[in-house]
Amino acid sequence: MPVTSADPRTMGARHAPKRRMRLAWSDPLFRSLVWQVVILGIVSAIGWYLVSNTNKNLAARHIATGFGFLDRVAGIPIGESLISYEPASDTYGRALWIGVLNTLKVAGIGIVLATILGTLIGIGRLSSNWLMAQLTGFYVEVIRDIPLLLQLLFWYTALQGLPAPKLSWRIGDAVFLSNRGIKVPYVVWENAHTWALVAFLIGVVGTFLWNRRARAKQEATGVRPAVWPAALGLLLALPLAVWAVLGAPTDVELPVLRGFNFQGGGTVSPEYFALLLGLVLYTAGYIAEIVRSGIQAVALGQWEAAGALGLRRGAILRHIVLPQALRVVIPPMTSQYLNLTKNSSLAVAIGYQDVVSIANTTLNQTGQAVEGIAVIMAVFLTISLSISLFMNWYNARIALVGR
Amino acid sequence: MTGFGRWNTRSTVLAGLVAGCVLGGLAPAPAHADGSGSATLDAAIKRGQMLCGISGQVPGFSLADSQGVMRGLDADTCRAVAAAALGDAAKAKFVVTTTQNRFTALQSGEVDMLSRSTTWTLSREGNLGLMFAWVNYYDGTGFLVKKSAGVKAAKDMDGATICVQPGTSTELAINDFYRVHKMKFTPILIQDTPEIQAAFLSGRCDAYSTDASALATFRFSQGAKADDLVLLPDIISKEPLGVMVRKGDDKWFDIVRWTFAAMIVAEEKGITQANVDTFMTSTDPDIRRLLGLEGEMGKALGVDPKFAYHVIKAVGNLGEMWDRNITPMGVPRGINNIWTKGGLQYAPPMR
Repeated sequence: MPVTSADPRTMGARHAPKRRMRLAWSDPLFRSLVWQVVILGIVSAIGWYLVSNTNKNLAARHIATGFGFLDRVAGIPIGESLISYEPASDTYGRALWIGVLNTLKVAGIGIVLATILGTLIGIGRLSSNWLMAQLTGFYVEVIRDIPLLLQLLFWYTALQGLPAPKLSWRIGDAVFLSNRGIKVPYVVWENAHTWALVAFLIGVVGTFLWNRRARAKQEATGVRPAVWPAALGLLLALPLAVWAVLGAPTDVELPVLRGFNFQGGGTVSPEYFALLLGLVLYTAGYIAEIVRSGIQAVALGQWEAAGALGLRRGAILRHIVLPQALRVVIPPMTSQYLNLTKNSSLAVAIGYQDVVSIANTTLNQTGQAVEGIAVIMAVFLTISLSISLFMNWYNARIALVGR
Repeated sequence: MTGFGRWNTRSTVLAGLVAGCVLGGLAPAPAHADGSGSATLDAAIKRGQMLCGISGQVPGFSLADSQGVMRGLDADTCRAVAAAALGDAAKAKFVVTTTQNRFTALQSGEVDMLSRSTTWTLSREGNLGLMFAWVNYYDGTGFLVKKSAGVKAAKDMDGATICVQPGTSTELAINDFYRVHKMKFTPILIQDTPEIQAAFLSGRCDAYSTDASALATFRFSQGAKADDLVLLPDIISKEPLGVMVRKGDDKWFDIVRWTFAAMIVAEEKGITQANVDTFMTSTDPDIRRLLGLEGEMGKALGVDPKFAYHVIKAVGNLGEMWDRNITPMGVPRGINNIWTKGGLQYAPPMR
């Protein structure tokens, strides 16, 4: 297989020798400089025109402008929030921040789940099992052909079809499924839990270091020491021990039906669940195709060579094919992550309060439409650029390096 | 990151900037010296249509009938203004707006007026560059619940989940109400009217809250199932639903305002759609001025002298508009009556 992961044209490794620029049209350096100045000038002129025209028209229409509204008391109700919110005293700024967190909550978890599901389905499409290959192929075709908005409305309506709280489906006295959402028991958080979490994180770092040592040893001696006993101890036994030493608190808050609705316990609202479900299932269809094409992009000779070495199919996939496929898969995967994040703004349709929903309400209550849209754009630009930066960093990291 | 990728990012910023600022580019034509004095009216005459923002989803206010004709109080308000301004009620062109895009639609000139159950508040008039010409329905926020819930009053609804449309004065009113009574509620905010009504009917919320008028007409539209729904007696806020125009075109504001005055005067005088022609020989100076038989009322507004005649001929007087659109929904007129019958609708003299 040719080594193609990094295009030499984009690496900028070779430069022509430096020389002085002449002030003549025949000098390519001078020409390019002139063009850059001209283009920059046109772009800034357009930008200046648009901004000044907007300001002039806003003033002509007597529309209040500025971001001062962010400090005003909001008074708008918000259904679900990761941080505390009191409409009587909190500001529009905080309300919008809640919207940002709600967007991140659905996008972050959505990306993880869509990646897992999409990868499984993508591998499934290549399965030698006829039923599995056909079923996953059917899934991909159907899910990609139905508009996402329709799918979201479908899931939301389906969740509303669940029984009322009093008649909810239940698993014991702990988990309740009703048209008010999924109610789950909530562990009463105490210091012991915090320290157990800290211990777990230390365990993760420890496992990582142990794994690196093991690899170094393998490269030096050819014998790989077992990693799993250390991992088990660090990831499971250590946090458990910390938790047990600190008194092993086991208080669990159960949801109880009182009045109109359940009180206590944790909630997954139907709005959030419908949005997450819709986004994950939809994006997984595309990710599945990316993974499938990535695997098929690995030359058949790689499979055969690995088979000739006596590796089993699963091992070939894990150790030979997937690492190579990853290089093909990452760039298109980045666009799917960006798509999922941006598609989360369809939340407006089913009443999940993401940043677009809250910004819309804010601009409606305050009349600051240009500022509201600017906030939405800034938020999505920031999130999208962060995802892009991370994925590009990861892409560069896994790129094939010549040794 | 390659250089190419960085350029993409920059062009994204630029595209966003362009999109955000285009809003400002939609400037209506400036007032012509030789026109009526109202840029909005001149544009409407040239277009042959008066663009009127409605909701298009609320029975009794604006909802298309089986023939596709827009029916309701808000729709008839549009027709009345079109009849006054252009002499023809059929020149009212209905533009469907949502609770969230209604103000930008009016600000940007997409519509000439907004007749969309919009509450007249200080901050809206102060911040939006828009103003309210008249109130076509004096309303208040109410709650609709299911009979099976056994709720008798709004105070019984501590801990309830309430369906409400975002960007409305209703959501602020509910917040105030729960704050004053030191109770808690969970809001479910859905923009689309049919979607939020479906959410309420499916049991996602314990109550559906909006203007009591819209709740009454929604309940009525449920037909036989209306008896399963209860409109709570509490009205928790004042919601004067008004007709809005842009600031800066005072002549247009005048036309919209005096269209209402004309319909009220007509009701005071007993002039209806059916009998208006018999008043053309009246000797009552008020009626003669109203119908353009003497004085220069129309000219002062910059419209046809018989503008009020066109309005009455097209939609009738204020009471007729009510009887045609709201009475069938089973809502009593109450404070929406004219002042001589104990209501709030009072017209200044047309002289």
